Amino acid sequence: MSDSDTPAILRGLRRFTPARIGLGRVGNGLPTTAHLQFQAAHAAARDAVHSALDVVALRARLAAAGVVTVAVKSICPDRPTFLLRPDLGRTLDPDDATALAARPLPGCFAVVLADGLSALAVASHAPALLELLLPRLGPSVVVIATQARVALGDHVGAALRAAATLVLIGERPGLSAADSLGAYLPGGPAAGRTDAERNCVSNIRPEGLAVPAAADKLLWLIAEMRRLGLTGVGLKDEQALALGSEAQDRSIPMVTT
Amino acid sequence: MTHQYTLGGTKFRFPDLRTLLARATPARSGDVLAGLAAASATERVAAQLALADLPLADILAEPVVPYETDDVTRLIVDGHDRAAFAPVSHLTVGGFRDWLLGEADAAALAGIRWGITPEMAAAVSKIMRLQDLIAVAAKCRVTTAFRNTIGLPGRLSVRLQPNHPTDDLRGIAASTLDGLLLGAGDACIGVNPATDSVPGTIALLHMLDEVRARSEAPTQTCVLAHVTTTLRAIERGAPVDLLFQSIGGTEATNRSFGVTLGLLAEARDAALSLHRGTVGRNVMYFETGQGSALSAGAHHGVDQQTIEARAYAVARTFEPLLVNSVVGFIGPEYLYDGKQITRAGLEDHFCAKLLGLPMGVDVCYTNHAEADQDDMDALLTLLGVAGVSYVMGVPGADDVMLSYQSTSFHDGLYVRGVLGKRPAPEFEAWLERMGLDGTTLPARLPPQLTQAVASAA
Repeated sequence: MSDSDTPAILRGLRRFTPARIGLGRVGNGLPTTAHLQFQAAHAAARDAVHSALDVVALRARLAAAGVVTVAVKSICPDRPTFLLRPDLGRTLDPDDATALAARPLPGCFAVVLADGLSALAVASHAPALLELLLPRLGPSVVVIATQARVALGDHVGAALRAAATLVLIGERPGLSAADSLGAYLPGGPAAGRTDAERNCVSNIRPEGLAVPAAADKLLWLIAEMRRLGLTGVGLKDEQALALGSEAQDRSIPMVTT
Repeated sequence: MTHQYTLGGTKFRFPDLRTLLARATPARSGDVLAGLAAASATERVAAQLALADLPLADILAEPVVPYETDDVTRLIVDGHDRAAFAPVSHLTVGGFRDWLLGEADAAALAGIRWGITPEMAAAVSKIMRLQDLIAVAAKCRVTTAFRNTIGLPGRLSVRLQPNHPTDDLRGIAASTLDGLLLGAGDACIGVNPATDSVPGTIALLHMLDEVRARSEAPTQTCVLAHVTTTLRAIERGAPVDLLFQSIGGTEATNRSFGVTLGLLAEARDAALSLHRGTVGRNVMYFETGQGSALSAGAHHGVDQQTIEARAYAVARTFEPLLVNSVVGFIGPEYLYDGKQITRAGLEDHFCAKLLGLPMGVDVCYTNHAEADQDDMDALLTLLGVAGVSYVMGVPGADDVMLSYQSTSFHDGLYVRGVLGKRPAPEFEAWLERMGLDGTTLPARLPPQLTQAVASAA
């Protein structure tokens, strides 16, 4: 910090954050390049929201790693409806619910991979995270859910008579990250949980909370949950900051549950 | 009480006040999602005509959420000031709109604050156009203070929001410096933590306090963790200026956020006990937003804008320094596009100002909403004209942690510049002292800022 030339200092600080700092100014406005770079990022995020999860490819990839999966869907028919009707995205298709209930695994850990608002996030990071989590969870079932929101996991867990449910879901794309994965840990499956009853680890991606750190954090939360028998704000994350990321407190959850 | 109105040869019936309010609400996706919206444009206007004829006193007499089961309703009813209500107690909702636009001046508006309930404010907003919402809000004066003064006439403040995806202290300090150089930070320097951990929050609080002290900027800092996390940070001696919490307009919504009115009171007492304010003692910072009650299944069949206004009754009880709606954050299922976000932002600002709150707005949108930068420019400009207390300042408008777009540091400069607004006076004087009041970046950093960043990096 010996150089006190302002543009040089700001350029140097960029290595600490992906935020758009040091953009310069033209009058009170953004220089042309910065303005159009923003527009390009927004266009990419818009396109990511409307992309579909390739379930066949994801199942094949997990099968190759020895993970057997079940595919389910919500009752939501398409993306535009998914964006306007989160209630439909929370509801498990009745045929799928029947099929799951026909082959329950009482006491298992249900892991639900949900497309949410970024199929890209699930396809990119869920397999690596599963590889670290599954050996430590005990008996588990991996379910891939499309046009799905977080609360759909409660219904999957209930149908399977699971002891606990973990939902890995594509978070809403931002400008710098269209592939951010969120992990929700609502504990025992019960429909109608509030957001305060869920623990969330968000922003799982290489440039955010890396997969190994996310796995450590989730395994710690799961162990504490089993020890204390509670989740949500009652379960305070006392882990060090470097381990990463839990739910931000905002009026609105980042992934509409 | 049943309400009815005949329009276009059709008689429309509304079985109770909450249904009338819902049907009268200008269109938005969240009310459709809840099954509360008017079925046709004509039904909506019929409801607005019926609402215009409704005496304000009738709204007071019919709580939209039961008194017995909801502590926010009890707060509203028990806290109602009949003397303050007297100047408008004889008016209908329509008559109240005319009074607000006509004879009401700043003193009259301040005088009726505690006589107006959130439901009255919501009701009148539903029969107001955007220009009405702007014109009346612009007449309201609400001033609060901690280390500087927010809300004085001709002023517009900016919350510096230096979020980082993993709470990297150097990254947050870097964004803070960028914002200070661009005139942001007088509302507060406020970080949404990526992690809600107690040690993480304490680390952030110490870093922000260090940057503030070394830069000598007369402002307040805040880590927007859950209130229970911040309370633990206070117990462990962390430097807490402002107590933050998201709140909603029903007891069950607040429960979904993990808070009660008692907990908020406890939090305020804890913050006050630190005596960190220099020019004022407003220590609370609240965020709200239409749709949170429905999202939590806690809306009691009431439309999202009326519930939002009820959150302001919670907020004003605790004399906050800052309150803002995060209007476009919630997504398209509640506010579908730029048009709905714009209207909601102006409604929230109007209702909060009428109820006496230092209201800011997070002018924002998500990537799954039908909105873009042009919509934000329009809402920001309209809110500036309406006298918004503060807006957000995010580097390049891109929040790299919360994954949404808010207003940028540049946007703050733009709206101040085009409307002739100035920062909070204490902060403005500091900007001048640092040589940051011009229209170009200083060639060299003031030593206070160099030291502030060096201490964090």
